[in-house]
Amino acid sequence: MTDTYKAVKEPVSAGSAMQLAKYGLVSAAFFIALLMALGWLAEKSEAGTSSERAVDYETNTVALALSSEPPQLDSTQTTDMVSGMLLGHVMEGLLRYGPDNELIPGMAEAWEVGEMGGTFHIRSNAYWSNGTQVTAHDFVFAWRTAVNPTTASQYSFILFPIKNAQSINEGDLPLDELGVRAIDDLTLEVELERPTPYFLKLLAFPTYFPINEDFYLSINGRYGADAEDLIYNGPFAIARWVHDASVRLERNKYYWNQDVTQLDAIDFAYILSDANATLNLFATEKIALAGLNAENLDRAQKSKWFIREHVDGSVFFLELNHRPDRLTANYNLRKALHYVHDPAELVYKVLKVPGNLPGESIFPVWLKGVNGSFRDEYPAPKYTPNLQKAREHLALALEELGLDELPPLVFLAGDNPVSNKQSEYYQSLYKEKLGIDVRIDKQIFRQRLEKMTAGDFDIVAAGWGPDYDDVLTFGDLFASWNLNNRGRYENPELDRHVAIAQSSSDPIERMDAMDQVQKILHDDVAILVQYERGSLYVADDRVRGVTRRSVGTDPDYTRAYIVQDAQD
Amino acid sequence: MIRYVLWRLVQGIITVWFIATVTFFVMHNLPGDPLLDEKAVSEEIRASLEVKLGLDKHIVHQYFIYMGNMLRGDFGISFQYQNRSVNDIIRIHFPVSAILGILAIVIAGFGGVLWGALTALYRNRWPDIVIILLVILGISVPSFVFATVGQLALVTINKIAGVQVLPVAGWGTIWHMLIPALVLGLGTMAFLVRLMRTSMLEIVSSDFVRTARAKGVPMAQIFSRHQLRNAVLPVITVLGPSIAGITTGGFVVENVFGIPGLGRYFVLAVQQNDYGVIMGTTVFYGAFLVLMVILVDILYAVIDPRVRLE
Repeated sequence: MTDTYKAVKEPVSAGSAMQLAKYGLVSAAFFIALLMALGWLAEKSEAGTSSERAVDYETNTVALALSSEPPQLDSTQTTDMVSGMLLGHVMEGLLRYGPDNELIPGMAEAWEVGEMGGTFHIRSNAYWSNGTQVTAHDFVFAWRTAVNPTTASQYSFILFPIKNAQSINEGDLPLDELGVRAIDDLTLEVELERPTPYFLKLLAFPTYFPINEDFYLSINGRYGADAEDLIYNGPFAIARWVHDASVRLERNKYYWNQDVTQLDAIDFAYILSDANATLNLFATEKIALAGLNAENLDRAQKSKWFIREHVDGSVFFLELNHRPDRLTANYNLRKALHYVHDPAELVYKVLKVPGNLPGESIFPVWLKGVNGSFRDEYPAPKYTPNLQKAREHLALALEELGLDELPPLVFLAGDNPVSNKQSEYYQSLYKEKLGIDVRIDKQIFRQRLEKMTAGDFDIVAAGWGPDYDDVLTFGDLFASWNLNNRGRYENPELDRHVAIAQSSSDPIERMDAMDQVQKILHDDVAILVQYERGSLYVADDRVRGVTRRSVGTDPDYTRAYIVQDAQD
Repeated sequence: MIRYVLWRLVQGIITVWFIATVTFFVMHNLPGDPLLDEKAVSEEIRASLEVKLGLDKHIVHQYFIYMGNMLRGDFGISFQYQNRSVNDIIRIHFPVSAILGILAIVIAGFGGVLWGALTALYRNRWPDIVIILLVILGISVPSFVFATVGQLALVTINKIAGVQVLPVAGWGTIWHMLIPALVLGLGTMAFLVRLMRTSMLEIVSSDFVRTARAKGVPMAQIFSRHQLRNAVLPVITVLGPSIAGITTGGFVVENVFGIPGLGRYFVLAVQQNDYGVIMGTTVFYGAFLVLMVILVDILYAVIDPRVRLE
């Protein structure tokens, strides 16, 4: 044994060195051949990303990254932000949002609206990207498709203001009973189910976009699955869509309003969910915009980039479970939780992302009221945390519930760093201040939704993003009939006010009703508002005219342009 | 030989069938509901979604429909990426994972054998200690750290150079895949080094090596014929499963480097309860793994003449 060991102590003789060198050479040759073969295959493969520069003045192109692959681009079925943003660039409804978030004419050049309906005149120079004209029939077809129960669109509810839409969607009426008609090719008549003062604002939403029936039927149920399975009537058209890799938009030369479109192409050259990787692409001038989060904010600051801020429109809140068998159905317990609730502490000491705003109301600050801002006209109810009162209410709650000690509350939360941070914060807050134990139930997306829907929680961290630019997009959330009211909050008084806001045409009456909703949610502690989300991002200086929105296409590059030198 | 291969193939088919069956029933009992989304929908819409996706039928009925379609080579449609067939998803994204995986496994295989042999030859001397330290690092540090650090290094290198030395992310040329493949192969390489070291140590102190030396066989020949060839056998054995592991395990690397591979679908489908993609990718990868194991067994016989395929 020992001599063998000695023998291998000097293994590298001249001969074996030669042999090793030969091996090395063969391996290197093999490796290079392999690299060339794989490189050739990769270039051949269908899934390549394009690698543009962030801003290309010569080709008039901006390169960007998408945070996820669009599931499909069928406007009747789409639900996610990325698809909505892309559709906002390549499609156009009767109306669209302008550079200052105001409604401007889109496919419709004029309209007359009354309390129970309206007539829309479609411009005669509106074309699809295959050269056919956009007609009133395209809208009738699209809207019918969206409310058709077999389509099973998640957003069919947004068409419910149209006459019979809900009954059709529930399978009680045939499709042709839908309150929308093409009087002739360029005139669309809409009948409403009830007065809907915010109807015009809905028309800019993707579910209301037109679809050409002949084209839709010609591609056998694959509408929106690939770039060639769509035709476009918006400022841009999808030139190439490589799944999970890139989406390239080019100027749509059939679009009626060529004057406003400045860019020749928008190249979503990467599809990346990793925030650090996105920032790396921005750092190497591969893309012109990158979002920041708590993790990579620090790096952006160190790099001395100009950090921009944008209110993304969403409000986050703790939804309490109001089902009668739940502890949180007890008003005094909710009140106790309320009095230790401190959104400012959460935002500034726990989440620590600049841009987030401590939440005071389910109605975010950017919503419009009668004339100006809703929250200026109807300030959120005054409130300060009060430990003394919290403990009094807790004592009352225990008495009412006939308990000596509160069993642990179930806090349902998502499984990601931000969620973890805040659920742990609430766990320690309730323990420290009120002696209440909290059991955190971490679940990934669909599992969390299932538990929310089944009511398997006491407190759940939830959020809501606006669908249209009206107070009602937040205001009807806790109506007893709203399926998204997952805590099953029921209050006839609140329902009554929501009904007023849905159908009254008097703006003051509507806003007063929404103010009542704001007060009820606060006084009855239906929910605990946490924060309004702000998003931070860095963007290339040479791209101008980009609109960031809280509602609708965001970011909006339809009017963006490039300057050659950032100093201009 | 042919009989052996055929027999293995039959076994393989039974294995794949078993994988498909177990996955099917386990998947349907996963917590979470594939039809739930951020926006709640009414009972009516839910019902028509169930009809559309075939979820309205009894689970056993669904199973037979699915198996029937699978035999005809149809994996169905994705629940998440509606209008896209799972076949399409595999066809487009698997080649990407495979190309990256091949490069990664070659790097891992060559590196593993080379470093492993070195550590054994220089046992307890400094090359051994340094390499083993690196190996421990490679095994214990999770791949997302390597991926992130690797990408950051690329950013820095590109900045210092002033031109693009290597792209930071994306896919399409050989330059895109060098660093991702290295990161992807690192864990396997570390594992192979350890394996190779153990096996090589056993060989260098074995009787036949001593005999060879006593006969005066040149060191190089002993190294290549007697030591390397014998020591590499266990490495070849684990190579099959490693190839499958690397090709399927690319989730993190694909995510960070923006590579449109199948690994992302494989992982995200489970999170999204996307039954179509879960079944498709699992069965596909299952079949792939089985095939790799059979291939390795055949390769085994080629390398070691003592092994007979019976």
